[in-house]
Amino acid sequence: MLNISGIQEGFVLDHIRAGMSLSIYEHLNLDKLDCTVAIIKNARSNKMGTKDIIKVECPIDALDLDILGFIDHNITVNIIKGDKIVEKKELHLPRQVTNVITCKNPRCITSIEQGLDQIFLLTDEQEETYRCKYCEEMYTK
Amino acid sequence: MRHLMSPLDLSVEELDNLLDLAHDIERDPKKYAHACDGLKLATCFYEPSTRTRLSFESAMLNLGGSVLGFASADSSSAAKGESVSDTIRVISCYADICAMRHPKEGAALVASQKSGIPVINAGDGGHQHPTQTLTDLLTIRSLKGQLHDMTIGLCGDLKFGRTVHSLINALIRYPGIRFVLISPPELRIPDYIREDVLRRNNIPFEEVKRLDDAIPSLDILYMTRVQRERFFNEEDYVRLKDFYILDKKKMALAKEDMYVLHPLPRVNEIAVEVDDDPRAAYFKQVQYGVYVRMALILTLLKWR
Repeated sequence: MLNISGIQEGFVLDHIRAGMSLSIYEHLNLDKLDCTVAIIKNARSNKMGTKDIIKVECPIDALDLDILGFIDHNITVNIIKGDKIVEKKELHLPRQVTNVITCKNPRCITSIEQGLDQIFLLTDEQEETYRCKYCEEMYTK
Repeated sequence: MRHLMSPLDLSVEELDNLLDLAHDIERDPKKYAHACDGLKLATCFYEPSTRTRLSFESAMLNLGGSVLGFASADSSSAAKGESVSDTIRVISCYADICAMRHPKEGAALVASQKSGIPVINAGDGGHQHPTQTLTDLLTIRSLKGQLHDMTIGLCGDLKFGRTVHSLINALIRYPGIRFVLISPPELRIPDYIREDVLRRNNIPFEEVKRLDDAIPSLDILYMTRVQRERFFNEEDYVRLKDFYILDKKKMALAKEDMYVLHPLPRVNEIAVEVDDDPRAAYFKQVQYGVYVRMALILTLLKWR
């Protein structure tokens, strides 16, 4: 059993699909934060078999939870204060994701326009469909 | 300030008002001959399209305005590597309204985000071509007297044909519209139109391979060209381009009040012998294209 003691203020991202923690580490720009980050890979889980966990000791507003919701909205976000879980945040699919994924359509303007943000919009919540804002190409994971 | 990227940027009410204005222009063009005196339209065409560009220019000249612009990327600063965003910022200082055609999908939307003047999407790759759609809607409404309760046949290149995608998006907002999609399997409509537009909105449609089978039930037959520039290789183009040719024999199977539309230019998908048939409406459609672009320019300039 893993415990989360040791973090004064920060997050524990639990129930990450095994193998996805490094991708999340990158998307959340955790390498740019000057704080303690612990990545636990392939932890045993009753619910999932194996899972990854990321512990981050940082101010609560330092993480972009929208990106996390886009990557996997089943991840549990535990907010820690004074060594204790004070809140479990529910993740939602963000309406828009900016500069997280890139459009693969070679005919899209994003393939040539300098300095243009890569923006994807949620067009179908049930199907979890995202489309490029510019060419409407569907993003497939 | 408003732009026009897709036919859906206009509500049904706004669209009806626009078509009413176009109808009034058709009825009394002299009334509008000085409506844009002292105003300039920039036609920024990054890929050749003489017809659409001339239609826009004719529309602005009919309104008493002036035109400036470029007709290919080679003759613009794009050849020097300038971004669309920078170009539109510059054009905004020269003109009052801009019509932009670009081979990349979403280019006009990028322009509209940085523009100081209304931007009209005059075609962005295989994506949208809203003014062709407005032309088609005005043509259908003028010929049939309505935009509802009709069976519309769309024939040819339904995969890359942006005019078809735009027209479907616009027509589904009217009640009683049914589509018959006639194409070779390689050129069927994209999934996002079939699933997200037609199925999601419960629009009745069928996909068929033979024009002969579909034509008797149609009120409008919308023919499209199989475009060479949309293919990655020549072999595929040659194999598919002659699949769906409309001739007198097929026209004999159609209703007496079925009209044939085509965004032009045609290659050989409509035999020349069909041109004299009173149901051939594709050259009238060109004239309606000028009227509707006049109405659009006036409307967007009014909304500034």
